[in-house]
Amino acid sequence: MLEIVYQFISQNVLLPITTFFLPVDYQAQALTVLQTVIKIFSILVPVLITVAYFTYAERKVIGFIQGRIGPNRVGFFGFSLWGLGQPIADAVKLIVKEIIVPTGSNRALFIIAPILSLAPSLAAWAVIPFDDTKVLANINAGLLYVLALTSLAVYGVIIAGWASNSKYAFLGAMRSAAQIVAYEISMGFALVGVLVAAGSLNLGDIVNSQVGSVFHWFWLPLFPLFIIYFISGLAETNRAPFDVAEGESEIVAGFHVEYGGMAFSVFFMAEYANMILIAVLSAIMFCGGWLSPFQGVPGLEELFNWVPPMFWLLAKTSFFMFLFLWFRATFPRYRYDQIMRLGWKVFIPITIVWLVVVSALVVTNIPPWFN
Amino acid sequence: MIEQIVFYLFGGILLLSASMVVVMRNPIHSALFLVLSFFASAAIWLLLQAEFLAITLVLVYVGAVMVLFLFVVMMLDINLVTVREGFARFLPVGITVAVFMIAAMGLVVSSDYFISDTYMPIKSIGLDYSNTKELGLTLYTQYLYQFEIAGAILLVAIVAAISLSMSKSKVNKSISPEQQVIVKKIDRLRVVKMKAEPNIKSREI
Repeated sequence: MLEIVYQFISQNVLLPITTFFLPVDYQAQALTVLQTVIKIFSILVPVLITVAYFTYAERKVIGFIQGRIGPNRVGFFGFSLWGLGQPIADAVKLIVKEIIVPTGSNRALFIIAPILSLAPSLAAWAVIPFDDTKVLANINAGLLYVLALTSLAVYGVIIAGWASNSKYAFLGAMRSAAQIVAYEISMGFALVGVLVAAGSLNLGDIVNSQVGSVFHWFWLPLFPLFIIYFISGLAETNRAPFDVAEGESEIVAGFHVEYGGMAFSVFFMAEYANMILIAVLSAIMFCGGWLSPFQGVPGLEELFNWVPPMFWLLAKTSFFMFLFLWFRATFPRYRYDQIMRLGWKVFIPITIVWLVVVSALVVTNIPPWFN
Repeated sequence: MIEQIVFYLFGGILLLSASMVVVMRNPIHSALFLVLSFFASAAIWLLLQAEFLAITLVLVYVGAVMVLFLFVVMMLDINLVTVREGFARFLPVGITVAVFMIAAMGLVVSSDYFISDTYMPIKSIGLDYSNTKELGLTLYTQYLYQFEIAGAILLVAIVAAISLSMSKSKVNKSISPEQQVIVKKIDRLRVVKMKAEPNIKSREI
């Protein structure tokens, strides 16, 4: 259905625009650009809506875990609808609030910091394959691109902490920077394991090399890397139990303590967009992406053939997104030195050892994964 | 056409940000402009279809090196007045160095390598061509020894850096996790029995 809408738009809207306004030489290129813009919107708008409702889901899920109800008042047209209007009410509130720039802060950097933290987490969606064919940019070095972009998220935090001209914000930024740098290494090594196992940096090829059954997915041969990747993802996104960068019991709210209104909400969106990104990447690299979990099971496989592949990817992503919320409600916050110890002294050695193991598995063609 | 627009855009950003690195007064602004110039040069490398190098530039320099650099610059308490004061005194030295650098650059650019005949347009390569694979093959076959030596040097540097920073470990108050996990309640907690408070019912408020 998405394809039909897309074809309709590009035939009946974009093509006339380009042929009408532009000289013949540039029409083809301009059409490509416009089509890409349409594709970008068709990815980003659902992502941003998911971000909004992820905040709602978080409040609901944690509410249920703690025996509360969560937001249940704000609805539409007089119906409360389990509080489904809450994210929109929050957004409206944050938009109309004044953004206060503290005295002595660095104005330009203060304003640019939230943008810098949101932009990479949205840009990384360019290489995410939703399907065998549905991908915005099918580039060879997709995995590297994702790794590079997730490593950029720290700039927003550091710049925000420094530009705020506040001790709490600066402490939060320093904590966050040290933590992100530490966990990026184990995350990178986990991704190198995926690269070795799949033999490709292209995310689509990585999914295609997991074809078979649930046990062909990389979570099994790369099990330690899978766990480490997800935990490092938690630490990279500064989520509980690794949220010392916010540490509201010690440093108020960490790096975004001076932010209010829309500037704050952009930080908030960046955090949630990053979580969704980590979830979708875990699904793609370790849990077979768009592949059906019933593949290779006689009977069930045919029964579920009608389900679009994208559904499986979204279902797996939702599961990982739920894990983020579940962890937040379950685990107490790590102490700072424990975080550093876990990153440097536990995760990095394990990933290095498992890289050797994976390489041995690949070289010796161990079935069923590497034959 | 789009390629030319992209090239001039990022080339302009690169030149501007690189000069801002030198001109800016605040060292943190300089560092951030350096980040921007890394980005712009990565974009230009992408135009040359060197996607591995471009992304690695962002990953290593922007994602790791410059983060630590910013970290250090932010932690240092740099007094801008003392940084600026020797300008006139160091000007002759600076001009000399600048003249030498311009001369060297001029020699390189005017050499045979940069004549427009040898500067061929990039020939378009197929989508299947993997930059990463080619680089890996070259590094691990043709330049294996150089690669291994570089790796060994980096390992030595890591060990040296850690041992240098660990030499002052006497002031380090870190707790060993082994001792932490074997701690029992009885080691830390002492239950004190006290007599109950005297009756305070009669106290008036």
